[in-house]
Amino acid sequence: MLTCKQFLEDLNEYLDDQLDPKLKQELQKHVNECPNCWVVCDTTEKTLKVYKGMEAKPLPADIHSRLMAALKKKMGDRCTGSPQQETGPQQSKGTS
Amino acid sequence: MSTSTIAPVFDEADLVAKAKAGDAAAFTELVSHYDRRVFRMAKQITQNDEDAEDVLQETFLKAYSHLDDFQGNSKFYTWIVRIAVNEALMKLRKRRSDRTVPLDDPIDTGEDVVAREIAVWEDNPEQRYSREEMGNILDEAVQSLKPAYRTVFILRDIEEMSIEETAQALNLSISAVKSRLLRARLQLRDKLTRQFKRKGDDALAYL
Repeated sequence: MLTCKQFLEDLNEYLDDQLDPKLKQELQKHVNECPNCWVVCDTTEKTLKVYKGMEAKPLPADIHSRLMAALKKKMGDRCTGSPQQETGPQQSKGTS
Repeated sequence: MSTSTIAPVFDEADLVAKAKAGDAAAFTELVSHYDRRVFRMAKQITQNDEDAEDVLQETFLKAYSHLDDFQGNSKFYTWIVRIAVNEALMKLRKRRSDRTVPLDDPIDTGEDVVAREIAVWEDNPEQRYSREEMGNILDEAVQSLKPAYRTVFILRDIEEMSIEETAQALNLSISAVKSRLLRARLQLRDKLTRQFKRKGDDALAYL
């Protein structure tokens, strides 16, 4: 019989569906019979779901424009340098 | 009539090939596609806007300089994440004097794996909060994790890298990633449960 502690130890693999079928079955049996572990399993799954659905906010305009300026500068350096070799010295970030 | 190219689908492999051949516009398009995610990740790791901006810039400048090193063995974004994580961790280490814990801190040797908050969630908490509120709740919860757990969770569960990719990016063993990930997930679950549990379930004993 699986204990709750053992169930928790394998929870990741269970949620990520990376267990061999026999062990998976044992965990499934446990989760169906143990209300606590059912809740933990369900809420962990939901936790992962809300994070996966979280979209990154667009970059603040000033940060975006500074990034673009730094890139442009870098690309300019590369073009005016040797066009074939791209291992030029690392430029520090643009601080315009 | 020529084939229409209106609203082209984002084709990473094609853009990477063009960028490697010297097409600056293609590289810029790649940057624009991923910059917000890199910035978010950098901010989550460094917990600081200024550092996150440094990381953002350094990541893409480095990627540009080393484009030829990208062999296509992984997804381009995975490669970018790896650069960004290294940059972010360097920032974090530089600020060791503050409350951050070193990333190689041996924190998870035999430490118990527990779930403290046992309560079902209300239905669809996403609908109860505005997108911004939800974002803040989730961010705050991640920020409260120790850096060693936080970085693993960010890579695996937010950036959706595999266990192996996460291990590689952080220079950790597979088993260390797994064990940190389990603790990170359970701790976040505890925190979010406190926020999202169904009202009236506080005293409900399941045992």
